[in-house]
Amino acid sequence: MNALEIHDLHKTYKSGFQALKGIDLVVEEGDFFALLGPNGAGKSTCIGVVSSLVNKTSGSVKVFGHCIDKNLMGAKSSLGSVPQEFNFNTFEPVHEIVVNQGGFYGVSRKTATKLADHYLKELGLWPHRQVESGKLSGGMKRRLMIARALIHRPKLLILDEPTAGVDIELRRSMWQFMDEINHQGTTIILTTHYLEEAESMCRNIAIIDEGLIIENTSMKTLLKSLNSETFVLYLADEILQSPFLQGFGRTSLLDSHTIEVEVPKQRSLNELIHQLDSLKITVNRMRNKVNRLEELFVNITSKKIKAV
Amino acid sequence: MSQNISQANISPWKRNWVAYVTITRREILRFSRIWVQTLVPPVVMTGLYFVIFGNLIGQKIGVMDGMSYIDFIMPGLVMMSIITNSYANVVSSFYGAKYSQHIEEMQISPIPNIIIMLGFITGGVVRGLCVGVTVTLISQIFTDFSMHNPLVIIIVAVLTAFLFSIAGLINAVFAKSFDDVSIVPTFVLTPLTYLGGIFYSIKLLPEFWQQVSLANPILYMVNSFRYGFRGTSDIDLTTAICVILLFIVILFSVCLALLERGIGVRQ
Repeated sequence: MNALEIHDLHKTYKSGFQALKGIDLVVEEGDFFALLGPNGAGKSTCIGVVSSLVNKTSGSVKVFGHCIDKNLMGAKSSLGSVPQEFNFNTFEPVHEIVVNQGGFYGVSRKTATKLADHYLKELGLWPHRQVESGKLSGGMKRRLMIARALIHRPKLLILDEPTAGVDIELRRSMWQFMDEINHQGTTIILTTHYLEEAESMCRNIAIIDEGLIIENTSMKTLLKSLNSETFVLYLADEILQSPFLQGFGRTSLLDSHTIEVEVPKQRSLNELIHQLDSLKITVNRMRNKVNRLEELFVNITSKKIKAV
Repeated sequence: MSQNISQANISPWKRNWVAYVTITRREILRFSRIWVQTLVPPVVMTGLYFVIFGNLIGQKIGVMDGMSYIDFIMPGLVMMSIITNSYANVVSSFYGAKYSQHIEEMQISPIPNIIIMLGFITGGVVRGLCVGVTVTLISQIFTDFSMHNPLVIIIVAVLTAFLFSIAGLINAVFAKSFDDVSIVPTFVLTPLTYLGGIFYSIKLLPEFWQQVSLANPILYMVNSFRYGFRGTSDIDLTTAICVILLFIVILFSVCLALLERGIGVRQ
């Protein structure tokens, strides 16, 4: 069964702004799915419609086979959502917020309390369980929203930029946690601006731009379509101009000790180093300029902007 | 923690009941936590009404409707505190939930709108009754504690608190700022309450204004409540209760329709 099926989804706001212009999307059960797009592309509107916070203009949405028009309660029961904005009562204690959310899904207070204890411990919020949520740090608030979304053990979890504003150490521990949840059988849809996050965790991906899905494929296939990668090379000795490298793409001198080289997919790094060696240029260190998905993302979305 | 909460195993009745209890509990805890702001001020204010209008000015006024003035205004003052507090509780709580977006916690959950409504309304009723009982107890310092018909008192108090909780909810649905939350209580509720026969019998008014007063729903609540305490009323008890019930049915239907359409809460 598919976890999510969206067909020809349109949303036009009262202002006349068309946020979604006919989206088709299928997310399979058990998937870890990335929904990416630039700011204002329609990601949050799409998630809003799925989680019943935004009224759609037309189209159909099914969550685990439950159509939101015919069986909204069934669809909602299968869904957990972590929105982009903090949306809890800042005067309520952490534990109370999570337990109450269980109650909204019909989970008895006794069971909800046990589950809340479990998730608050898992997410490192146990020492802060009696603290008013408004007094938590940004990272803790993000984790609170994840604990709250999991309290009824949803089959589909939507994470709308769950690690925004979270430091790298905490972000990595959250990735690990989300990975565990996914391996336990929860389908996850992730939107994020950290493309490294999407690349390392998600199996399938859709890119949305200006209310349309412009790419929808597996992460592997998408990354294979990357024709070149840009590397930054740190040189041992000073050079005055960028070297000519046969068979490689754009080469530019960033400063006297640093060059940037575009390496086509069919060329190996060995060839690059060999050519530089023959030019008496010694490479001390090197790194990807950006991660692969980021490179693709920029290519895809900027092509569209140019076409417009 | 491998146990799975299968939503399919939770019957809609149980789910709705647990959700209702959760919302109600949260609402009661909300106003209880800030009892200095929610429970004390109305008691102090009504106490002042008793001292000034009932005791000091009331002694000069003398008898009204066959009883001392303080005995006459006591049921109305209790009713006024029930009305304002049940209304204020729901309007501030629901608008607060909209403002800080935690209304979304309920919107994404499988709770029918009618359950959300009933949860908020019950919170408002409980606060209205808590304040009403406290004010009634305070009033005993100034008047005799006598009840003509306790059942009528309870029924009218609960129905009135229910009605004004719905009204508060409708106000909150439309409110787009904190100013909108206070406009209706200031410009509609307070005048209607003061002109609803708390401080005077409508028999004192000229015939025309007596008829105009009958259009004020609060008149029916105050008079039926006064009947429960004192056994006298300007309005027939059955008519009064029917009017309250009619307003409840109308406002409840309007409120439910607004929530179903997502007015004020969904984009």
